[in-house]
Amino acid sequence: MAKHRGRGIASINYPIGMNLGGDPSQALVHSNPSGKFTVSLSSIDLGQGMKSVTRQICAETLGVPVEDVYVDTADSDTGPHCMGSFASRGTHRVGNAVMAAAKEARGVMMEAAAEELEVNAADLDTDGRGNIHVKGAPHRSISTKDVAIAAQFKQGRTISGRGIFLVPLSEVNPETGEMSPATCYAHACLVAEVEVDDETGEVAMVRMDSAYELGRALNPRLVEQQLVGGAWMGVSHALFETPEPYYPDPAHGPRDFVEYLMPGPGDICPHDIAVLERPAADGPFGAKGPGEMCANPVLPAVANAIFNAVGVRMDELPITPEKVLRAIKAQGGARPQARR
Amino acid sequence: MTKTPLQFRHNGRDVAVFVDGGVNLLVALRELIGDMTPKFGCGQGGCGACSVLIDGELHLSCLTLAETVNGRAVETLDGLKDGPNLHPLQRAFMEQFAAQCGYCTPGMLMAAKALLDRNPSPTRAEVIETISGNICRCTGYEPIINAVLAAASGGRARA
Repeated sequence: MAKHRGRGIASINYPIGMNLGGDPSQALVHSNPSGKFTVSLSSIDLGQGMKSVTRQICAETLGVPVEDVYVDTADSDTGPHCMGSFASRGTHRVGNAVMAAAKEARGVMMEAAAEELEVNAADLDTDGRGNIHVKGAPHRSISTKDVAIAAQFKQGRTISGRGIFLVPLSEVNPETGEMSPATCYAHACLVAEVEVDDETGEVAMVRMDSAYELGRALNPRLVEQQLVGGAWMGVSHALFETPEPYYPDPAHGPRDFVEYLMPGPGDICPHDIAVLERPAADGPFGAKGPGEMCANPVLPAVANAIFNAVGVRMDELPITPEKVLRAIKAQGGARPQARR
Repeated sequence: MTKTPLQFRHNGRDVAVFVDGGVNLLVALRELIGDMTPKFGCGQGGCGACSVLIDGELHLSCLTLAETVNGRAVETLDGLKDGPNLHPLQRAFMEQFAAQCGYCTPGMLMAAKALLDRNPSPTRAEVIETISGNICRCTGYEPIINAVLAAASGGRARA
């Protein structure tokens, strides 16, 4: 009886967004008389950073400090429509909608500023610090706050913008089955090293090395955070989590956190990540999005690593100790494969 | 049902409430005291989101009968910061991006505080052991472990 090390690799393409009858998201941007901006969305931030990234996109497009933008995702009943936070679509779809809305709002803001400075709007630029000035003459400037006040109380103008981004439904060609389910794809490759105990069937993660290509990383720390956490979730899917019973009777299935297994802090392993940025032509500032792809390459890489370690080909998830042990027994013992 | 008078120190302040028999500390804190920082995750001691300190010791408030803290000192995340100044652990969690959805964070911070209070320079293995009763769904634990270690070494640097 022994522990066997094995290494496995997997590469994936991941489509950004979905294609079930078209994939739209809307955004509204408006300024308050204080010169601060509010982005209204129905898109949900469940910790992945939707608010941070849409805030950055809005501020960059408007040409104002990021501190001057507030993102409101409070209520999907009253907010502009969004398909939702899934399919790695948030940064791409919602980001594009926010960009469109912010562009329109910026146009009105420049018109209002032009009226105050008595110049042509086309001659104006933002400094990114809360001021609008005449190009080439930075001393002829007005703060976005004063523009917002003038628009509200003097000009009677709403500094606001509407945005929608729609990836239309792609019909399937009945002859060839061909379609374009997504406008851009993220890519990943991951090498997993595992240790398999041929006495207990337990699989321990030893290390992971990965490369993710996800367009421009708009917020590199949030991207890294998603990749680290998402890979953990991939390990969880590969080796632990199942709503299915461990034994044939569903009554033996997990009912709560005590029985629904997930890896704990002692089960994680070193993970070295390389982020590659190939901006997407139709992404906001070139972004695609990490999203679900964080977890996906882990599962096949772990399955391949187990094959490399003990020679059993696992084709059902999660790869629990019981399944590994049964497979090892069925082939008459562990058969370590050649290390590459 | 008869209500029992209950007095204890909550983050350094005396509080007095009447509780129904069998009410757990988590419910008492959230519904009677109004301290929403301990979170309800599983209600059966499986996730650690409700972790609090009782007389400096780490406890799961969902499994603690409220009546048992009579006369004792209960610390929650709400008492961690000093006025506007965040606790070194909170700062480290921010700087290390140790939260995504944030639901496990109060429990993680209280578990980490219990560790650093008795062991200001823990090893990585000791940090892992300490938070092993706390489930995090988002971060993969790595940033949390790093944050606790960073707060510990920050504390050492000041000492």
